[in-house]
Amino acid sequence: MKTVMSTTTATTNIVGRGNQEGAALFRDWFAELDTTAASGGQAAYVFVMGSINEILKSFDLPVVFPEINSLQTAVRRVAHEYLEEAEDHGYSPDICGYVKADVAVQLRGGEHPMGRIPRPSLSVLTNACNTYIKWAEIWERMYRTPMFTIDIPGTRQAGTQTWAGDSDFEADRKYVEVQLRELIALCEQVTGRKFDVDKFREVLGYANVMSRSWSRILELNRSTPSLFNALTDGTIFMGVANGFRGTEAGARYFERLVEEMEYKAANGIGTSIEEKYRLLFVGVPCYPIFRRFNELFTDWGGTFVNSTYLWFASGGTNRGFEYDLSNPLSSLAEGVLVSVRQAMDAMFHQNEVLVDMVRDFSADGVIYHPIKSCRTVSTGLADGRRFLTEKHGIPSLFIESDMMDRRVVSEAQMKNRVDAFFEGLGSRWRQAAAETKG
Amino acid sequence: MTTERVFPEWRQKSLDDALYECREMVESPDFVTVSRWRANGGKVGGHFQVYFPEEIIHAAGMLPFKVRGAAVEPNQADSHFGSYLCSILKTSLELALSKRVQFDLFVSHPICDAARNLAAIWGRNFDHPCQILYLPQNPNSAGSVEYLRHEYDRMRRVVQEVAGRQIGDDDLRNSIVVFNENRRLLRELYEIKRETPWLIAAEDAYALVSLAGMMPREEHNELLGALLPQIRQRTNKQEDRIRVVFEGGFCEQPPFDLVQMLGRTTYVVDDDFLIGLRWITQDVPTAGDPLHSLAVAYTEHSSYSPVQHDLRKPKEEMLLQRIRGARAEAAILAAAKMCEPGLEEQVSYTHALDEAGISYFVNEFEENMSSFDQLELQLETFVENLLFA
Repeated sequence: MKTVMSTTTATTNIVGRGNQEGAALFRDWFAELDTTAASGGQAAYVFVMGSINEILKSFDLPVVFPEINSLQTAVRRVAHEYLEEAEDHGYSPDICGYVKADVAVQLRGGEHPMGRIPRPSLSVLTNACNTYIKWAEIWERMYRTPMFTIDIPGTRQAGTQTWAGDSDFEADRKYVEVQLRELIALCEQVTGRKFDVDKFREVLGYANVMSRSWSRILELNRSTPSLFNALTDGTIFMGVANGFRGTEAGARYFERLVEEMEYKAANGIGTSIEEKYRLLFVGVPCYPIFRRFNELFTDWGGTFVNSTYLWFASGGTNRGFEYDLSNPLSSLAEGVLVSVRQAMDAMFHQNEVLVDMVRDFSADGVIYHPIKSCRTVSTGLADGRRFLTEKHGIPSLFIESDMMDRRVVSEAQMKNRVDAFFEGLGSRWRQAAAETKG
Repeated sequence: MTTERVFPEWRQKSLDDALYECREMVESPDFVTVSRWRANGGKVGGHFQVYFPEEIIHAAGMLPFKVRGAAVEPNQADSHFGSYLCSILKTSLELALSKRVQFDLFVSHPICDAARNLAAIWGRNFDHPCQILYLPQNPNSAGSVEYLRHEYDRMRRVVQEVAGRQIGDDDLRNSIVVFNENRRLLRELYEIKRETPWLIAAEDAYALVSLAGMMPREEHNELLGALLPQIRQRTNKQEDRIRVVFEGGFCEQPPFDLVQMLGRTTYVVDDDFLIGLRWITQDVPTAGDPLHSLAVAYTEHSSYSPVQHDLRKPKEEMLLQRIRGARAEAAILAAAKMCEPGLEEQVSYTHALDEAGISYFVNEFEENMSSFDQLELQLETFVENLLFA
C-alpha cells in the first residue's frame, strides 16, 4: 500500500501509540478508498477470514472489507438507516446485518460515513463463512464482476486436525494451491498486469512480520495487569491487521505495537481501569453500543484479556504462521489452510481452547455474546457454554443481542444480567475466601 | 442390507391404501423404519441436509438416514441453541437426544452458517463420530474433482471404522447400481408430476420421495417399482388448477399439511423438496473408479440449491429453467424461518421472476407450524387472481 502513516510519525509517546496510529491508518485507508472511488480505480472486495491480501497486494489492488464498512455504520450509530434501506429492497430482517448495510452502501453508490467506497473489480472470499458466498453473489449480480471462492476445508471432527506431511492435509493443500494459482490468473486478467513473484515475496515478508507480531501481542496480554482491552483496543489492532496485511505500513505498525506492549509489560502499565476481573470474550462485539457495552464490564473492574474474536476475525493470524519465502505459493496455500482453519476452529471448536485460555490468561470468567446477525459464530455457543460449565465449572455469562441491529439490543436488560454476573462472581469469591479461612 | 423389510405396511394393499401407509410413515416423527433396521442388527449413518453420497454408507452395509428434522417439540435440544435459528437444527438434535433415532455416525456439511456448527455440537453430546464432509464450495476450480475424490475416500475410511468392515470398490459399484435405479425411479415420479399431475397428489409424491431417506434403497426401489405403474394407470380427471413450482424445500421441510394444502389448491408440477435425494441428475458410471465417478457426478451432473455456488448454475436461471421445464404458470417462493440462504435467495428469485413476468407467491414456513388457514386464504386469493385475471 502506498499510504505510509503520514499522520502518525509525530507520535512519540509510546503508551497509547497503537491506538492513535491504528486510528490514523484507518483514516488513511478510507481516504485511499475514497480517492479510488472518485477516480473509478480498481478495488478488490475481501473478507476478514482469509482476505488473501497476500496475492491482491502483489497486484497493488486496494482492498475493501465490507464487514468493516458495515460495522463502522453501527459504531457511528447510523446502521439502522442502512438496514432499513436494504429491507425495503427485499432483504429479510432475519439475515446478516453486515450484508444488509453493505447492500445499502451499494445502492447509495458507495456512500459511507467514512468516505466513498469504490465498486468491486472482483471479489475474493473463502468459505469460512457461508454468508460470504451469498454476499458476493449479490455483487456478482449487481456489477457482473467476477467473484472467486477460495474453498478451504476445515476441521472435520474436533481434535482430528491434520498437518503438513499427512496425506489428507496434502490433498487439502493441493486443492487450495490450485485455487490460488487460478486466483492469480484472474487477477492478471482483471488488472492487466503480470504476476510478479518478487513483489509477492516482499508482500509475504510483511505478512510474516504481522503474523509474528500479532501472536506476540496476544501472548503479552497474559500480563497482570493486562496491557490492552481485547474488546476495544483489540478491535483497533485487528482492523489494521486486516486492512494492512502484507504491506510495509502494516508490518511497521505491528512492530511498533509489540514495542509498546513489551514496554507496558516491563513497566507494569495496564489499561485505564483498576483491573479486578479478567474476562474472555466469545462472539462478536455489540457495535451499536460499542463503548457502552464495554463499560458494562469495566464499571465493575472487568477487562477483556483475550477473545475468540481476535482469533477468527483476524483470519487465524493469531496462529503466527510464517511463510517460507523460498517456496512462496505452496507455503501460502499451507498458511491459508492452517490459518483459516484456525479461524473456523475458534468459532466451532473453541471449547478446549477456552479452557487453555482461562488458565494461560488467569481469566475469571467467559462472556458469551451470540448475535442474531451471525449464525456462523453464534449457533454453537449455547452448547459450548453448557460444555464449559458442566465439564470445567468455569463461570460464564450468556447475553444475546446483535452486532448491527439496535432493534434487538436491550441495554437495560444487558446491564441487569451483567450486574448479576459480577454479583455472583463476587459472591463466589467471598465464599471461597471464607472457606479457605475456615 | 438385512433381509427383513423395515416398511412392510404398504404391501398387498390397493394403491390408495398403500399411499395412505406411505403418508402415515412420513408424517410420524418416530422414524420406525430406522428403529426396525437397528432391531435387525443394522447400523445407521445419519447425514444432514442437503446432499451426501449415500452410496458410501450403503456400501458398508449401513443404513443412510437423511436427517431432515421432524415435527417434534425440541424439549431437550432447545437449551443447546440460542435464539434466531431455524427449527431443523433443533429438531434434528432432538431426534438424537430423545433417542427417537439412534445413530452410529453423524455427518453434516457446511451448507450454511448455522448447520456448519452441527458436527461440533453433536460431537460434544454423543460418543459416535460426528463429522463434517467438506463438499467443494468452488466446484469451478480445476482441482475440485480430485479434491472431492480424496474427501470421499476419507469418508470411506471413517465409515469403514464405524461399520467394522472394509468398503471395496466393488461394494461401491454395487451401491451405485442400486442408487442409479432409485434416481431413475424418482425421475420417473417427477415426470408423472410434470406431465400428468392429476394422477398423484402433491403430498403423496412428497411422501414417496421422503421415504427414500429413511429406508434401505433396495426396499424403496421395490416400493416405487410397484406403485409408479399403478399411478400411471389411474383414470383421474384433469382439473382446472394452475401449475406451480415450489422452491424453498432444499433443507428444512415444510409441514406435511402445508404440502397437502398446496396440493388442494394447485398442481405442484416441480419442486426442490429434499433435493439432495435427487441431486445427481443422471446415472453414475459403474465402470472405473467409483469414488471418482461420484465426485464427477456431484460437480458436473447435479441439480442446484441456494447453498451451492457454481458459476455455471446461476440460481435464478436454474429456477427459470425449472419453471419452464415444468410448464408452470407460477412459483411458490418459500423459505424456512431464519433460513439465511433461503431468505437471501428469495430476493434474487423475486427480481428474476419480475423480469421474466412470472407470478410468484412468497411465504415463510416452519416445520412445526400447525395453522394454515391464513396461508391457504392468501394462496387461494393468489390463485384466483391468476385464474381470473
